[in-house]
Amino acid sequence: MNYNFQFGVVWENFPALLEGAWLTFQLGCFAFAGGALIGLVGAALKTYAPWPIRFLVDCYVVFITNTPALIQIYFLYFGLPEVGVRWSNEACLLIGLTLNAGAYLTLILRAGFLSVRITEIEAGQTLGMSLLQQVRYIIVPHIAKSIYPALANFFIVVLVMGTSVGALIGVDELTGQAINLSSVNYRWLEYFTVVAGMYVVLTFIASIGLALLGRWAFRVKARIF
Amino acid sequence: MERIFEQIPRFFSGPNLTLLLESAGLTLAMTMAGCLIGFGLAFVLVYVRQTPGKWAMPLRWICILYVEVFRRIPFIVVVYLVLFFIQAVTPDASLFTIAVIAICLYAVAYTADIIRGGLESVPQTQVEAAQAMNLSRLQTNLRIVLPQAWPVIVPPAIAFAVSFIKDTALVSQVGVFELTFRGKELNNQGYSGILVFGTIAFCYFLLSFPLSMLGQYLEKRLGTPRGQRRTRKLWSP
Amino acid sequence: MAHLAVSDVRASYGALEVLKGISFSIEKGEIAALVGPSGSGKSTVLRALMGLTPITGGEVDIAGETMNYSSAREVRAARDRMAIVFQQYNLFQNMTVMQNLTLAPLKIKNWDKAEVASEARRLLSLVGLADKADAFSDQLSGGQQQRVALARALALKPQILLLDEVTSALDPELVNEVLDAIRKLADEGMTMVIVSHEMAFVREVADKVAFMDAGQIVETGTPAELFDAPKTDRARDFFSKILRH
Repeated sequence: MNYNFQFGVVWENFPALLEGAWLTFQLGCFAFAGGALIGLVGAALKTYAPWPIRFLVDCYVVFITNTPALIQIYFLYFGLPEVGVRWSNEACLLIGLTLNAGAYLTLILRAGFLSVRITEIEAGQTLGMSLLQQVRYIIVPHIAKSIYPALANFFIVVLVMGTSVGALIGVDELTGQAINLSSVNYRWLEYFTVVAGMYVVLTFIASIGLALLGRWAFRVKARIF
Repeated sequence: MERIFEQIPRFFSGPNLTLLLESAGLTLAMTMAGCLIGFGLAFVLVYVRQTPGKWAMPLRWICILYVEVFRRIPFIVVVYLVLFFIQAVTPDASLFTIAVIAICLYAVAYTADIIRGGLESVPQTQVEAAQAMNLSRLQTNLRIVLPQAWPVIVPPAIAFAVSFIKDTALVSQVGVFELTFRGKELNNQGYSGILVFGTIAFCYFLLSFPLSMLGQYLEKRLGTPRGQRRTRKLWSP
Repeated sequence: MAHLAVSDVRASYGALEVLKGISFSIEKGEIAALVGPSGSGKSTVLRALMGLTPITGGEVDIAGETMNYSSAREVRAARDRMAIVFQQYNLFQNMTVMQNLTLAPLKIKNWDKAEVASEARRLLSLVGLADKADAFSDQLSGGQQQRVALARALALKPQILLLDEVTSALDPELVNEVLDAIRKLADEGMTMVIVSHEMAFVREVADKVAFMDAGQIVETGTPAELFDAPKTDRARDFFSKILRH
């Protein structure tokens, strides 16, 4: 192979890549936060609601988790304008990712709900705790502790696998920026090598942050590596 | 809306359906090929990673680094890197080959952790018993550890491969004629986006859902304690 | 020349020295027992002999050959001459009883297939399990599993057999079937090093006993000498507690 690597042009455009990384980070955070809200409602409905609602939640989860996020976003981006709904490409990406993450987070949170043992709640009741106190001191800490590693892991998945889908509908997040810039001067390998490195750094920072947050807020040891 | 209903008979015509069937086959084929090869290579990676001794330290670090790095890079970036790297080496490699290589590189990183977890789930005492009989590390792994680790390894490995069917949608970007690529093509031909991507989503569902059910069944079946499974077999031969 | 001579063997887990210079020797056909409180390093002696816990000093003589476990080759040589039976049996879960017995003789020692099979059947009937050849270990009771483990060790034709608390994990009513099997081996003249809490059994079969405490051998002697008239305070203290009932 006699390929001549030239990274100079990549460093010239590094600020643009940094902007992309910042957008990636924002998209990841918003999609995860929105998904967590959906997941919380979904998991609660799946645990406590009557069966027709449980069935609807099941349908949502099964259909979303068995189809690609890219197709869901294409559906919003190419399909919805036909019925008069026009969103920007960023909005399509964010809404699509949120709905997608919501389904997975419903599963994760539901597993957390199921992990609470009735004996623990009974122990709280015998101590004379009110319902609110039971939730505050027993249920939430227990759920947080049991699913925090899964949540932290899924955040990285959204941040990496999720947001990069945006490149395919022209959102200028990190991968999108790489495609834009490299199609100008054809230094594809250089751009994508640098971008891969940036993803590693970005997720590494996120992992460390999540591990510290977990240790501080829920006393769980989340895995950094 | 009327436009969509108008298009339905024309959209679900013979040629279009054949096209979708073929591209679904391609999606499945490249996922399975990439995951199977990746699964095999992941065993090698885990074996190297478990090499004892000071001299093997760099080897172990390379293996750990590989898994860590690939889990943190988006699949689409890996696809682009493989595409341009392979094209720089051999310009006439097929896009299918490139897709399979990208899937394989990714699958190695993800299944390596599954395999390592499986091997580590076998009690260390089994390994010691084998060592005390002078079995080599390779013999111990192949004859003692791996046969006992299968039930722990297989279900999540299948789950990974099934979930990766969906992620392969991204290779449409480099022009592999799989489901998503055909979807975009049909959309460009003027078919309604709702119709096209609804159908494509349903095709992925048909691939993914039954296989994930199979995975869950296997997990339950393999999760039954060894003794109980065998006793059943012994009593009703 | 002693059949097994252990001299000044040391081993550590990290900074903690668990064997602080162990020395003892036994003749061919003798049975030595290591006794002492838990955590005194009895089992570690056997593990060190098998190369499962690395030795940091000292050397071991087996039938006139000296080895110090410094290389993989020496460890293999030591393992080639000895076999160990573990407290938790450690039968290979994925194999039948017969496969457990024949694996190493066939694949490691490369012995003749027919001979290995007939020897395995002889050993199984010796431990009273001739009808269990095709069973898997989770279909056997603890006592049966331990007898299979004994047969598996014997199938290697070891010059020395190491028994590491082989009855400790068993229900009381299953202990005797394993002890009976060991008695048979003693009668056949097998050289053995036993770690055991069964003092009555040790007194019955052992030729010499070593009392261990805190990684050292404190006192040695015949069972009668040690059990009935221990010379050191630590041994007296230990035996007075353990032999009272």
